[in-house]
Amino acid sequence: MSTLTTEKDLEQLTLTFVTEFAASPTRAWQLWEDPRQLERWWGPPTWPATFPKHELVVGSESSYFMTGPDGERAPGWWEITSVDAPRSLTFDDGFADEHGARTAGGPVSHLSVTLDDLDGRTRMTIISRSDTVEDLEQMVGMGMVEGMSGALSQIDTILAD
Amino acid sequence: MYNQMVVRNASVPELSTDEVDRLFHALADATRRDILMRVLAREQSVSALAEQYEMSFAAVQKHVVVLERAALVTKERRGREQMVHGEVTAVQRSARLLDAYAEIWQQRVLRMDVILAEDDGTSGTPTGSRNP
Repeated sequence: MSTLTTEKDLEQLTLTFVTEFAASPTRAWQLWEDPRQLERWWGPPTWPATFPKHELVVGSESSYFMTGPDGERAPGWWEITSVDAPRSLTFDDGFADEHGARTAGGPVSHLSVTLDDLDGRTRMTIISRSDTVEDLEQMVGMGMVEGMSGALSQIDTILAD
Repeated sequence: MYNQMVVRNASVPELSTDEVDRLFHALADATRRDILMRVLAREQSVSALAEQYEMSFAAVQKHVVVLERAALVTKERRGREQMVHGEVTAVQRSARLLDAYAEIWQQRVLRMDVILAEDDGTSGTPTGSRNP
């Protein structure tokens, strides 16, 4: 991965990532399309994800759960809102209860993924938008608990201005 | 991996070793992280916080003290209540949250890269130091 830039828009509560991979868009698309590959990156190693249901078809609802170190589960869902393989994908991501039903009033992230072909390489642009600060807080709260991606990064986050 | 982070090149306050120790200690506990997230969202009394957890008021109080020592929260007596809040403005709060969310995605993208690297016929095992 050669570059990774991040832009945040505080007004729109939007985060934009741009990264490049040494792989074709067709190959990079599989990261999103193939549930077995998706499972390997969606959750952190300490909270791996399982996607029992996942299909990149408009209107399709994916279900997943992340399993914590003590066996606790954090379930979630995706709703696929547009697909143009292997170029673009949009979906909503939210929390679910233990039966897989959407958490009423729970936070939802709106995600957009675009893959651009750069002579066999892929530029992947990921845009994530939250409706409210509270939604973002809950998403991050869950991510922090699950992620434990290192106390250092959390400290960074809390100190960063 | 921190050299790839574009998000936070802004001023990071310099901390003494003791302060860093206190921060690490404060954030190393899931309950304290949860308390911190709650009071960053809105200030709350210690008793209101205590109702959220299956532990004694005194235990929650102790957690708050640890967060206070790490300068992550401040406590203020108001009447009978001790109010706890994170000292951040709304904009700072959003910025920090977006940073934290960015970090989650950064980790995801690193994992994607590891998967793609396996296609090259290399073992695909990352060199081990990708996680902080």
